[in-house]
Amino acid sequence: MNARTLEKLNKQFGNGILESNEFRGELAVVVPPEKIVEVCRFLKEDPDLRFEMLADLFGLDMYSPVKRFGVVYNLYSLKNHHRIRIKTFVEESHPHVQTVTGVWSTANWHERETFDMFGIVFDGHPDLRRIYMPDEFEHYPLRKDFPLMGIPGSLYLPKK
Amino acid sequence: METATHDIPRKTRILQALEDQHTSVSFTDPLENDLILNMGPQHPATHGVLRLLVRLDGETVIACVPEIGYLHRGYEKLAESCTYHEFIPHTDRLDYLSPLANNVAYVLAVEKLLGIEAPPRAQYLRTMIAELARISSHLMMMGSIGMDVGALTVWMWTFREREKLYDIFENLVGHRFTTSYTRIGGLVHDMTPEAEAMIRKFIEKFPENLEESEKLINKNRIFIERTDGVGVISREEAIDMGVTGPCLRACGVNQDLRRTNPYLVYNKLDFDVAVFDGGDSLARYYVRLQEMKESQKVVVQLLDKMPKGEIHAFKPKKVLPKKERVYTKMEELIHDFMIVNFGVDPPVGEVYSAVEASKGELGFYFYSNGDGHPWRMKIRSPSFVNIQALPMMLRKAMISDVVAIIGSLDPVMGEADK
Repeated sequence: MNARTLEKLNKQFGNGILESNEFRGELAVVVPPEKIVEVCRFLKEDPDLRFEMLADLFGLDMYSPVKRFGVVYNLYSLKNHHRIRIKTFVEESHPHVQTVTGVWSTANWHERETFDMFGIVFDGHPDLRRIYMPDEFEHYPLRKDFPLMGIPGSLYLPKK
Repeated sequence: METATHDIPRKTRILQALEDQHTSVSFTDPLENDLILNMGPQHPATHGVLRLLVRLDGETVIACVPEIGYLHRGYEKLAESCTYHEFIPHTDRLDYLSPLANNVAYVLAVEKLLGIEAPPRAQYLRTMIAELARISSHLMMMGSIGMDVGALTVWMWTFREREKLYDIFENLVGHRFTTSYTRIGGLVHDMTPEAEAMIRKFIEKFPENLEESEKLINKNRIFIERTDGVGVISREEAIDMGVTGPCLRACGVNQDLRRTNPYLVYNKLDFDVAVFDGGDSLARYYVRLQEMKESQKVVVQLLDKMPKGEIHAFKPKKVLPKKERVYTKMEELIHDFMIVNFGVDPPVGEVYSAVEASKGELGFYFYSNGDGHPWRMKIRSPSFVNIQALPMMLRKAMISDVVAIIGSLDPVMGEADK
């Protein structure tokens, strides 16, 4: 199934796929950020693959000078009972990815969470605001440069 | 004073009031004659600290905005500085109604990363505790949905059963609530004959006791009228919203990870996947009721088939060695020291492993760079995703249905907020 998925993706996007690897039987494909919506839509709508469920979407902080932030899309096919991960990496200076809320509505909260925790901005998202942290919070807690014990004074507390 | 506030338009006043309460909710339409009701976070029917902003026209819900994050503890951040072993107690605090299922889900993901497998007896025991946790969680749902619509006795009777389960956990695990029963490559300790006898006794009596509670609500006219056709979500919407578990199966989708992507020993067991049509609160209740009966069958089979043998895999550098060997053997002492201080020795790579927990698909994702602690861990919590579908279920519902719908969705905020 992994081989078939990869073959289909390569056929459709040719050089668009940056790389792919398989570890413990799980296929992960890295695609450029500008292609992400296209790839997701193809995987969802292809009659053979039918990845119609977005199980999860989350951020990654590689803490590297180039391509620091990643967004991982964890897709599940109800037809083939198969999983695949799509990954895309963006630069720290411009952490913007196109939203996939148009493909799966469930991406809404997942993208809000990713924005809240990593500061990755999803362009075109209908309601991109923090989900766990208060709106006044200025930092992105899951970034590697955010200390585990928090930043004193960064959490706004009511005076009453 | 009164006249001064009257000069300001009503919409501005309501928005101002919401702003003053440090809310972050904005509605796109003008408010006009609608009323905004704030439910929670301290509301008994929201099953924890779930906050709902409900916009009402009379008694009909027009829009709803769920707000979560009141129980956010940052477990994903915490995991990055814990070794793989150290995180096991934290998994108890995710879905605190079925901690054993979380323990199992977590260690299965770590074992997948390490490329090891627990011995057969441990696998059977893990399957059994996962099913007992499912029964415990669904009993809670059955009791609470009954209470939400006004049937208080069901709550008492299902809690009587849960109490027996907690006694079993106390004997089997050593803890009633925060179990932390699993270890990487095995379990904390084996099942004692006494615990086995307790489980047998409970599971034999269970169908009878369940039927008692069932009789109270299954043909109860008030219960059926409060739940039938309430909170409907279609099959396509449920899939689009990523809803999993009993809520998805109540929409007629035959999707259960125990069958479709079998893990542990589920492919050796005989059980049916409970699927109901309708997608309403009643169907979601029936799915859980059926699942409890199936779980009962599964536990009976597991007890009968339970193999004898070790409950710890023998994998130096990956699985904690036995205590008596640590004290007497040099190699084991070194391994114990290394595992406790620096963690297990995982390869570089990333894995995702999911189990069918009582609320839905509970998955753990690890990104390992070869260190003793994960570079990134992600919890895929079913409640988080299921709550997102709540506004869809609440469309055109009455205000009194809101609690029945939340009850049928059965969210646990400990898991949704991570």
